Amino acid sequence: MLTFEYFLQQLVTGLANGMLITLVAIGYTLVYGIVEIINFAHGDVFMLGAFSSVTTLQALGAQAVKRVANKDQSPIPETYLWLLIALVTSMVFCATLNVLIERLAYRRLRRGSRMAPLISAIGVSFILQNVGIYWKGVSPVNFPRYIPQIDLVKAMGIDSFVRVTTKDVFVLIVTVPLVIALTLFIQRTKLGKAMRATAQDRDAAQLMGIDTNRTIALTFLLGGALAGAAGLVSGLYNNTAGFQMGFSYGLNSFTAAVLGGIGNLNGAMLGGVFIGILAAMSDGYLDARWTPVVIFGTLNLVLIIRPSGILGQDLAERA
Amino acid sequence: MQTAPRMTPGRRAYVEVPADPQQTRNRILQAIAVAFIVAYPFLDLLFGWQALLAFIPMMLMITLALGLNIVVGYAGLLDLGYAAFYAIGAYAAAFFTSPNSPLARVLPGSPFAWMQDFWVAMIMAVLVSGFAGALLGAPTLRLRGDYLALVTLGFGEIVPRLIKNLEPWTKGVKGMNPIGRPYLFGCQFGVDPCEILGMKLKLGMIPYYYLTLVIGAISIFAIIRLRNSRLGRAWAAIRDDEIAAQGMGINPVTTKLWAFSLGASFSGATGAIFGAYLQTISPDQFEYSTSVIVLCMVILGGTGNIWGVMLGGLLIQSFDRIFAERLTGWIHKAGALTGDPTITAAFNSFDLLKSRLLVFGLCLVLIMNLRPQGILPNRKRRETALTDLPEEDLVPEESVLIAGADVPTEKPR
Repeated sequence: MLTFEYFLQQLVTGLANGMLITLVAIGYTLVYGIVEIINFAHGDVFMLGAFSSVTTLQALGAQAVKRVANKDQSPIPETYLWLLIALVTSMVFCATLNVLIERLAYRRLRRGSRMAPLISAIGVSFILQNVGIYWKGVSPVNFPRYIPQIDLVKAMGIDSFVRVTTKDVFVLIVTVPLVIALTLFIQRTKLGKAMRATAQDRDAAQLMGIDTNRTIALTFLLGGALAGAAGLVSGLYNNTAGFQMGFSYGLNSFTAAVLGGIGNLNGAMLGGVFIGILAAMSDGYLDARWTPVVIFGTLNLVLIIRPSGILGQDLAERA
Repeated sequence: MQTAPRMTPGRRAYVEVPADPQQTRNRILQAIAVAFIVAYPFLDLLFGWQALLAFIPMMLMITLALGLNIVVGYAGLLDLGYAAFYAIGAYAAAFFTSPNSPLARVLPGSPFAWMQDFWVAMIMAVLVSGFAGALLGAPTLRLRGDYLALVTLGFGEIVPRLIKNLEPWTKGVKGMNPIGRPYLFGCQFGVDPCEILGMKLKLGMIPYYYLTLVIGAISIFAIIRLRNSRLGRAWAAIRDDEIAAQGMGINPVTTKLWAFSLGASFSGATGAIFGAYLQTISPDQFEYSTSVIVLCMVILGGTGNIWGVMLGGLLIQSFDRIFAERLTGWIHKAGALTGDPTITAAFNSFDLLKSRLLVFGLCLVLIMNLRPQGILPNRKRRETALTDLPEEDLVPEESVLIAGADVPTEKPR
C-alpha cells in the first residue's frame, strides 16, 4: 500500500479537498482582513449552502435520480444547466445570509472588544446549525450524483493505481476560476480598492469618502458567495451533506486561513491546499479518526509558533 | 444581591458605600434562599416534585460555570475549550478509581493503593486538570484574545478525540464505568440501603446533592477570596488594561496562567463528582457544545459577577433540564386539545429539546448585542465604568479621545 502511487492518489484527493477548503478559507480571511472578526458562523453558512443546493437540485432533477437508479453514467446536457442554476442559487443564498448575519450580529459589536463579536458569532453558528437540523434533519442527506465518476487516467489508456476522476477535475473547474475572479476583483476594481483601503484603515477610508459599512457588507457578500459555491461543489464531490459538516469544514478552513496568514488571500489558498493534502495524508497513512487531531494540532502549533502564519506580515498590512 | 464591596488594604480607589436600608431585607431573603436550598431534598420528597436528579447536574454545571468565570470574567480570557479540563478531571478520577482503568491493574496491592480512594482521586483530578490548564496556558497565553480563544477551541476538540482514539487506556467511545463512589461514615453514596450509626437508611441520591452543595459553597467562598486577593486584583487590572497593568509591575503571563490553571482545577473537582454521580463517562459528554453551554451561562448572567453567573447557570440549566421537556409536553398537550389532527401533528413536531442549540445561540447573540454586561453586571466594573463610559465593552479599543474626535493610534503589537 505504501507505494508512490498511493501517495499520488492521496495527493489528488487532498488537492481537490484543499481547493474546497480554500473557498471557505477565503471567506474567513476576507472578513478577518477587513474587520478583524473571526466569522465563526462561516462554516455553517457553507453547510446551509450545501443544503440549499440539495434542495435546488432535487427540485430540478428528479430525472437525474432515475438515471442513477438505472446506473446510467453518461452525462446529460441539461444537468450542466441545472448545476449552474444550483450554483448561482446557492451563491446568492449564502451571500445574502452572510450579509444578514453581519448586519444583525456583528455590526453593533465592530468597535468593541474582540471577544464580543466572536461570542456573537458562536451564537450565530449554533443558530444556523439548528436551522440545518430543521431543514434536513439530523442524519446526513445524500447528494444527487450529478457528476459522473470516470477515471481519466484509465480513459487515457494508462494502467495505474492512481485515479484522477472527473469529479476531481470538476472541483478544480469550479474553484480555480472563482478564486482568480475574486483576486482580480480585489486587485483591479474600484470596489476592491475600497475593500483594501477599509482593511488598512477604516477611519481613514471613511474620511476619503468610502462607505465603509457598505464595503464591509460587500466583503461578507463575497465570502458568503464563495462558501455557497463550496457548499454545492463539496456536496457533489462527497455526495453527502450533514448539519455538522459546517463545524468541521469551518475549522479546517479556519486552520488553513491562519496557517497561510489570516487576512492574506494568497495565504488562504496556500493554507487551503496544504490542509487539504495534510488531511488526505493523515487519512491515508494514519487513520481517518486521527485526522481532526492532526488538523487541530496543526492549528494550535501554528498559533503558538507563528500566529501571523506563513505569508502573514505585520498585522497592520492586510488583504 | 451583592453586598457592598468590602475595604481591603491596597484597594482604596473604591469609596465605602453607605449602609443600604435594603440590606437587612436582602439578608433575610438570602437566609430564606439558603434554608430552601439546604432543605430541598426533603421538600422534594415531601411534595413529590421529582426534580432532585435534575438539580444535582444543574448545580455541578453551575459550579463549572463559576470556574470558567475566573478565566472569562476575572481575567478576561475567552476559553472555548473549557469542557476539555472537565473531561481531564473526570477521566483522572476515573483512572484512579474505576476497575476498568489501566491503573486498576497496577494499583491494588501496591504501596499506592490508597490512591483508589474517591477523595484522593478527586484531589488528584483537581491537581491534574489544574496542571493541564497551566500546560496549555504556558505557551499560548502570550497570544491575543481571539487567537487564544481558538487555541482553547482546538484543545477542546483534541481532548475528546484523543479519549475516543486512545482506546486501550480510555475504553474509547464506550467510556469508563463503573467509577469509584464517594463515601462518608463507611457509607457509599448512591448505594442503598446504607448503614449509619446502626440505622439503615434509604437515601438515594441525596448524599450527592449535599456533596455538590458543599463543593459549590467551597467554590463560591474560594472564588470570593480569590477575587479580593492580590491575584484577583491583578486579574481585573489585566482584563481592563493589560499594558497599564504591566506598567504597574504585574506579570501578565503568570497572572493569566494562574487564572487558567485555577479555573481548570475547579472543573477537575466537578468532573470527578459528575463521573461518580453518573457512574459512567464517555467522550461525547465533553464536546464543544458543553464548553459553549457553560460559556453561555457565564455570559448570560453577567460576566465577572458570581451571583450573575449563578443566575445565568440556573436559567440555562433549568431550561435545559426541566423546562424544555415540560414545555414541549405542554405544547403537545395543547395541540391534542384542539382535536384537529393537522394542528395536533404540527404541535407534536415541535420539540424544544431539539432546539437547545438554537436557544443557546440566540441567547449568546442577543446578550452580546443588547446587553453585553449580562443580566447582573459586575458591580466593580460598573463603578469604575461610571467615570469612564457607560458600557466598557463598547469603548473603541484602538483609539483615544482627543478633542472629542476618535483618532486612531498606532496599534500596540
